[in-house]
Amino acid sequence: MSAAAMTDSVPLLTVDDLVLDFRTRSGTVHVLDGISLTLERGEILGIVGESGSGKSVLAYAMMGLLDPAARVPRGGIRFAGRNMLTESERALAETRGREIAMIFQSPRTALNPIRRVGTQVQDVLLRHANVSKKEARTRAIEALARVRIPDPERRFDAYPFELSGGLCQRVMIAMAMACNPYLLIADEPTTGLDVTTQAVVMDLIRDQVRSANASVVLITHDLALAGEYCDRIAVIHAGHIVEIGSTEAMLDSPKHPYTARLIGATPGGHESIDDLASIPGSLPDLRRDLPPCRFIDRCDRKLDRCAVDPLPAVAIGADHLVRCWNPL
Amino acid sequence: MIRFLRIAGKRLLGAVPSLIGVIIVTFLLSHALPGDPAVLFAGPAADAASVAQVRAHLGLDHSLPQQFLTYVWQLAHGDLGQSLTTGQPVMTDLLQRLPASLELTLVALIFAIGVAVPLGIWAATRPNSWIDHLCRGTVTVAAAFPTFFIALLLVYVFYFLIPLAPEPVGRLNDVYFDAPTTITGFYLIDSILEGNWQTFGGALAQIILPAISLGLFALAPIARITRAAMLQSLASDHVRTARACGLSRRRILITYALRNAMLPVVNVLGMVFSFVLGSNVLIEDVYGWPGVGAYAVKAVISSDYAAVQGFILMMAVLYILLNLVVDLLSMVVDPRVKFEG
Repeated sequence: MSAAAMTDSVPLLTVDDLVLDFRTRSGTVHVLDGISLTLERGEILGIVGESGSGKSVLAYAMMGLLDPAARVPRGGIRFAGRNMLTESERALAETRGREIAMIFQSPRTALNPIRRVGTQVQDVLLRHANVSKKEARTRAIEALARVRIPDPERRFDAYPFELSGGLCQRVMIAMAMACNPYLLIADEPTTGLDVTTQAVVMDLIRDQVRSANASVVLITHDLALAGEYCDRIAVIHAGHIVEIGSTEAMLDSPKHPYTARLIGATPGGHESIDDLASIPGSLPDLRRDLPPCRFIDRCDRKLDRCAVDPLPAVAIGADHLVRCWNPL
Repeated sequence: MIRFLRIAGKRLLGAVPSLIGVIIVTFLLSHALPGDPAVLFAGPAADAASVAQVRAHLGLDHSLPQQFLTYVWQLAHGDLGQSLTTGQPVMTDLLQRLPASLELTLVALIFAIGVAVPLGIWAATRPNSWIDHLCRGTVTVAAAFPTFFIALLLVYVFYFLIPLAPEPVGRLNDVYFDAPTTITGFYLIDSILEGNWQTFGGALAQIILPAISLGLFALAPIARITRAAMLQSLASDHVRTARACGLSRRRILITYALRNAMLPVVNVLGMVFSFVLGSNVLIEDVYGWPGVGAYAVKAVISSDYAAVQGFILMMAVLYILLNLVVDLLSMVVDPRVKFEG
C-alpha cells in the first residue's frame, strides 16, 4: 500500500481542473472542461449525467485508459499517490486490477466470451496477487462465492453465454474486487439488467466495498439510483460538473437549474408518466466554440453575464458547490 | 469427447449425399472429355478391329447407365479402375502419390501461416503504421502473381542464377539420397523416424521452393483475415475489461485477443487449404513433383477416365474431411460453436 493511500488527510482520488479533448477528423471535441472533484476512502460518489455528457470518458481517465486520440492540455488525476495521466503504461497496468478496478455495462460482452468465467477471475489473481495457479483457483472460487454466486465451484467452469446477465455482472464484480482494490469504478453497472437484478447488483457492490473499506465512483444516468446508493453526487453536463454535494443536499435543495430539472425528470413511483418533466434542448455540439456555461441554451434562468463571464464556483454549504451565476 | 465424436459422425453421414452427387457428376464429366480412350489405349498402329476389341475390354461399348452401374459396383469394392497410362490400378497410383501432394501442401500452409499470422497480428497492433502498409502491400503483390509464374521465377533465380536450391527433380534427388522407408509417406517425417538426417536435409532442400511458391499466394487471405479479426478483437469489450484488470500486454494480446480472433482464421484456413491443394496441379509440373496434381493433368490430357474420376473423387473426399476438421477445430476454439441439427 502506498503511503498516500494510508493517510486520511490526502483524498484517495483527486481530479484537479481536468481539461480533456479528443482530436477527431471533424475537429477537436472539448469533452471535459475544468473537472475537479475529490473522493475519500470508503465513500460512494455518483457521477450523474445524460448520454454524451462525458461521464464515461471521465471514468476511463481515472483508470488511465484513454483513447490515443485524447489530449489533456490541463489538469491532472491523482489516485493513491500516482498521477494516472502521466505514469507509464507498465506502472498503470500494475495498478489496475490491484488498486483501482472497473466494471462495465452489458456484462455479458465485457467478459471474454470463450474463456471460462472462473479462469478470468483467476487471471486477475495470477497477475496481481503473486500466488500459485492452484491457490489462484481457490481464491477465484472464494471471490465467486463472495458475490453470492450459487455453487461457485461448478460455475467456475461456465462460459459467459451459459450465465444470465445478472450472474455475469456478479462475475465482473468478483473480478474487480478479487485483489481488494481501494477504488471501484462502476460504469452504468445496471444498464441492461432487469429492475430486480439491478437492486441485487447494486446491493452487492455496496456490500463488497463496505466490507473492504473501498470507495466507489458510480457512473449513471439514473439520478434515483445514485440517490439511493451514493454518499455524494456530482452532476455533469456537457463536460462540466455543474453541481456537486452530499446526496441529501443535492436531492432536497438542488441549486443548479439542470440538477433541478433532472430531479423533475426522475420518476418517483407515485406520479404518472405525464407528470414527469422533460428537459428541453439537447447537449451542445462540443466541437464548436462554447460559451462559458454550456447549459445556457437550455436554461430558463440565464443572465446576460452567463454568456461572458467564466463559470463561478459557488459554495453553498460545507460540501456543496454549484457552478452557476443564478443558482436556485 | 463423446459429444465431439457424435458430431463428427453426424457430419460424416451428412456428407453422403454430396458424395453421391460427386460420383455422378465426375462420371458424366469424364465421359464428356474429348478424345477416344480406346483409340489412345490401342496405340497408333492399331486397326479398327483391335480398337473395337480394346473398347469391349474396357467396357466402353456398353450404354452410359450400364457403365455407370459397373463403375459404382467397382467403387463399392474399393476399385477405382485401371489407369490407361500407367497400367496400374488407379487406387494404387493415387495412394502412392497422395502423400507427396499432401506433404507439399502442408509445408506450404505451415510456411504461409508462420509468416501471415504474425504479420497480421503485428499489423493489427499498429494499424495504419508503416508496418501495416508494408504488410498489406507485400501480401497483395504475392497474391497478384500467378502461382506457376512465381514457381518458374523462383527456379530461375535460386537454381539457375544463384545456385542455392537443388535441381528441381521432385521430392528427393535419388542420385545422392535414398528414399526413406514408407511409414507415413511424408519424406520429412519418415526420414526423421528413421533417424536419417541426410535424407531429411535432401528432402527439405527439395521442398522449400515449391512450398514457398504455393504458400505465397495463401499469405494474403490469411494475413488479411488475421489483421481484421485481431483489430476487431482488440477493440472488443472484453479486451477493454482485460486492460482495466491490468493484465499483461502479452496475456491480453495472446489469450484475450488472438484466441478470440482464431475462429475466422480457422475458417479461412480451410478454404485456403483447398485452394492450395488445387494449385498443386500447376506447381507439381514445374518442380517434377510426383504428386496427384501432375498425375491428374496427365490423365486429363490422355483421356484416362478412370484416373480422372479417381482423382476428382479423392479430392471431394479430402474436401469433405477438411471441412469436418475445420468444424471440429472451430469447436475447440470457440465453445459457443455447436453443430446441433
